[in-house]
Amino acid sequence: MSELNEATVRAEVRAWLEANWDPNLGLVEWREKLAESGWGNPHWPSAWHGRDLPVGLAPVVEEEFKRIGAVGVAKAGIRVLAAATILAHGSDMQKAKFLRRSMTGEDTWCQLFSEPGSGSDVAGAVTRADFKGNQWVVNGQKVWTTSAHKADWGLLLARTDWDKPKHAGLSYFVLDMKQPGVTVHPLKQMNGHASFNQVFITDAIVPPDMLVGEVGQGWAVTTTTLMHERRGADGLRSWAQASDREGRCYDEERAEIKTTMEPYKWYPQRAGRVDLIVQRAKETGHFDDPVVRQEIAKVLIISKAAEWTARRARTAQEQGRPQGPEGSLGKLASSYIARAAARVHTQLTGADALLTGEDSPMGGVIAEILVSVPATSIAGGTDEIQHNIIAERVLSMPKEHSVDTGKPFRDVPRNTVG
Amino acid sequence: MKFNFSGEQEEFRSNLRRFLTDHAPAKEARRLMETDAGWERDGWRKLNEALGLTAMRIPEAYGGHGFGFGELGIVLEEMGRALLCAPYFATAVLATGAILNAGTEADKQALLPDIALGETIATLACAEDSGQWDAAATTLIATPSGGGYRLDGHKSFVLDGHTADTIVVLGRTPGSAGDAGLSFFTVSGDASGLERRLLKTMDPTRKLARLTFNGVEAKLLGEAGTAAAPFARTMLEAAVCLANEMVGGAERLREDALAYSKMRMQFGRQIASFQSMKHKAADMLLEVELAKSAAYYAAAALDDGDADIAAIASLAKACASDTYTQTAVHAVQIHGGIGFTWDNDTHLWFKRAKSSEVLFGDAHHHREQMMRHWAA
Repeated sequence: MSELNEATVRAEVRAWLEANWDPNLGLVEWREKLAESGWGNPHWPSAWHGRDLPVGLAPVVEEEFKRIGAVGVAKAGIRVLAAATILAHGSDMQKAKFLRRSMTGEDTWCQLFSEPGSGSDVAGAVTRADFKGNQWVVNGQKVWTTSAHKADWGLLLARTDWDKPKHAGLSYFVLDMKQPGVTVHPLKQMNGHASFNQVFITDAIVPPDMLVGEVGQGWAVTTTTLMHERRGADGLRSWAQASDREGRCYDEERAEIKTTMEPYKWYPQRAGRVDLIVQRAKETGHFDDPVVRQEIAKVLIISKAAEWTARRARTAQEQGRPQGPEGSLGKLASSYIARAAARVHTQLTGADALLTGEDSPMGGVIAEILVSVPATSIAGGTDEIQHNIIAERVLSMPKEHSVDTGKPFRDVPRNTVG
Repeated sequence: MKFNFSGEQEEFRSNLRRFLTDHAPAKEARRLMETDAGWERDGWRKLNEALGLTAMRIPEAYGGHGFGFGELGIVLEEMGRALLCAPYFATAVLATGAILNAGTEADKQALLPDIALGETIATLACAEDSGQWDAAATTLIATPSGGGYRLDGHKSFVLDGHTADTIVVLGRTPGSAGDAGLSFFTVSGDASGLERRLLKTMDPTRKLARLTFNGVEAKLLGEAGTAAAPFARTMLEAAVCLANEMVGGAERLREDALAYSKMRMQFGRQIASFQSMKHKAADMLLEVELAKSAAYYAAAALDDGDADIAAIASLAKACASDTYTQTAVHAVQIHGGIGFTWDNDTHLWFKRAKSSEVLFGDAHHHREQMMRHWAA
């Protein structure tokens, strides 16, 4: 292979795309080609459908895909996290079984970490996997599971040893979701949507070769998944921008995106819709009210300042500088912005805030903001956990005294659920 | 628009921080704040000889370095951090700004080189007893007299007005109103008919004066009757510069309070180990970083000639006003009883936060200004 630099990579991928891209191929058929050629995930190892390309050169490939309008591998949903985790910790058998199908989008995945009794404290999971005969038998309950009802496979965190301290007694499995022991119920949220599920697991079976990593190493594997989730938190949702072009491949991608994005359709509202505030103030005749103007200005100020802070962090990263404190603050800022925006929307809406659906302003959008914003300060790490992370990792303040590590997990006080 | 600092700018910042740490510790602020002048020529000369700071923003044609607001912002942020007692804001931001924005070529040639050298201390006298930094509120009367003008009236809240060598004064022609008939004038600090009274300020590190003009001889600065626009521009620059000074002070307070919380033991543990402290500290960091981003962005927007600069400047000032004061309140609270004592340094920055919050308009005022410019 010629020397790896931006120009050679660009020329190579361009030539390949020009020779192979055909919008009238079937989506899976086209993605099979991406997996064979390595251009679908070029930063992956060449042994596993990649090209060993340095991560820094991946954007060059993306640009060329965009230029010609070629559809990429399946990037939306938990399958991306599954692939990254299996790539890092999985056996060759698991890599062979799952990686290619994660790229083609044929398999749908879900993540089985959170439980009714362990939210912020994910490592406190009590779903159990017991080795009986020659297989693992799983019992327990998982929650906040996006797309569980459609999933073929689940990334399962379960307790395999109750005599070890909490982190050391966990193992990580791939669970076949289409088996009798797995029951999925939608979990209806306070805003009426059901984006997530509860998963009830009763004597579900996991064959021994579906253990990821070693027994007792489950927390390390989970950390890999969570790291990729945090890194791509926006990517999981924003990556999937449907093209409006014509061709069978585009049609099938549009259908895939529609299905994957369905659970996230209310997400703009949970951020508070700052973008609607000035327009709404004018429509409702509150724009000249000096008291309301002050409140609007407060939201616009924090929202702009947060946007510029994110830009500072990005620019610093591009310049190759270590990330400063500005990088870890975005999540907390968005909670505050969402809450402040919901307050202003209420102020602007007056009595109409008593209503919802088609009886309420903007066909229910405003009502949906008011009942969706509370998710922002909880999902993906509560504000309380974010505060601790910032205090301990950025400000080097002492860690909370721990009462549940260093002793057998069976002796740790915990919730009594189900 | 990029608004991250370059390697050169970061190096400049660390040199400046080192200099100010050595030459302007808190005990120096305590000494100078007890004097009437509030600063000393010796220290001022050293600062300018070592770093040429008053020349920063002045174009090379007038003996300056020709840097932009990005660099000036760094200087002010570091001065705010150190709580430097010097007539820098009055000279290098207010007077220099008014001269650059309003002055004729001859005015700039005549006034700026001495400012760039640090020989002339200058200030801008605009607000009056009504406490408004708004040109239309001007009542001081300028009457043509001989080849020049005669000024009658008063000015107040004049930064370093009691010690400045040259005072730029905003006045209006008799019978004019609103933004019409406004002009800038220069007056010598020792002019006859000029009475300067040092005001008692809550923040002793920020000296303000009330000036009374009884037929004071003045020279026109710029074109007669056209000062409203350059004045507005000067105040906008002042808001951005002050926001940068403020975030420097806020960050200092935040860091000092954090360090104290790690040192202070109660109930057999560092108070920094309590979640109530950790969560407060995380919020303080968030607020200060947001205010810093706004201040940096506004300085970059000034340099880039951003069309929204009036809104952005007010945004930065409003954000800094709320943040600096809130940070100061938290900082005293984290220190507990000792934070309320005179001997602890926290109150020096607390008072600077208060004076900065109000100077050139408080957060309430600037939020309304932002709305007028942005969301109209």
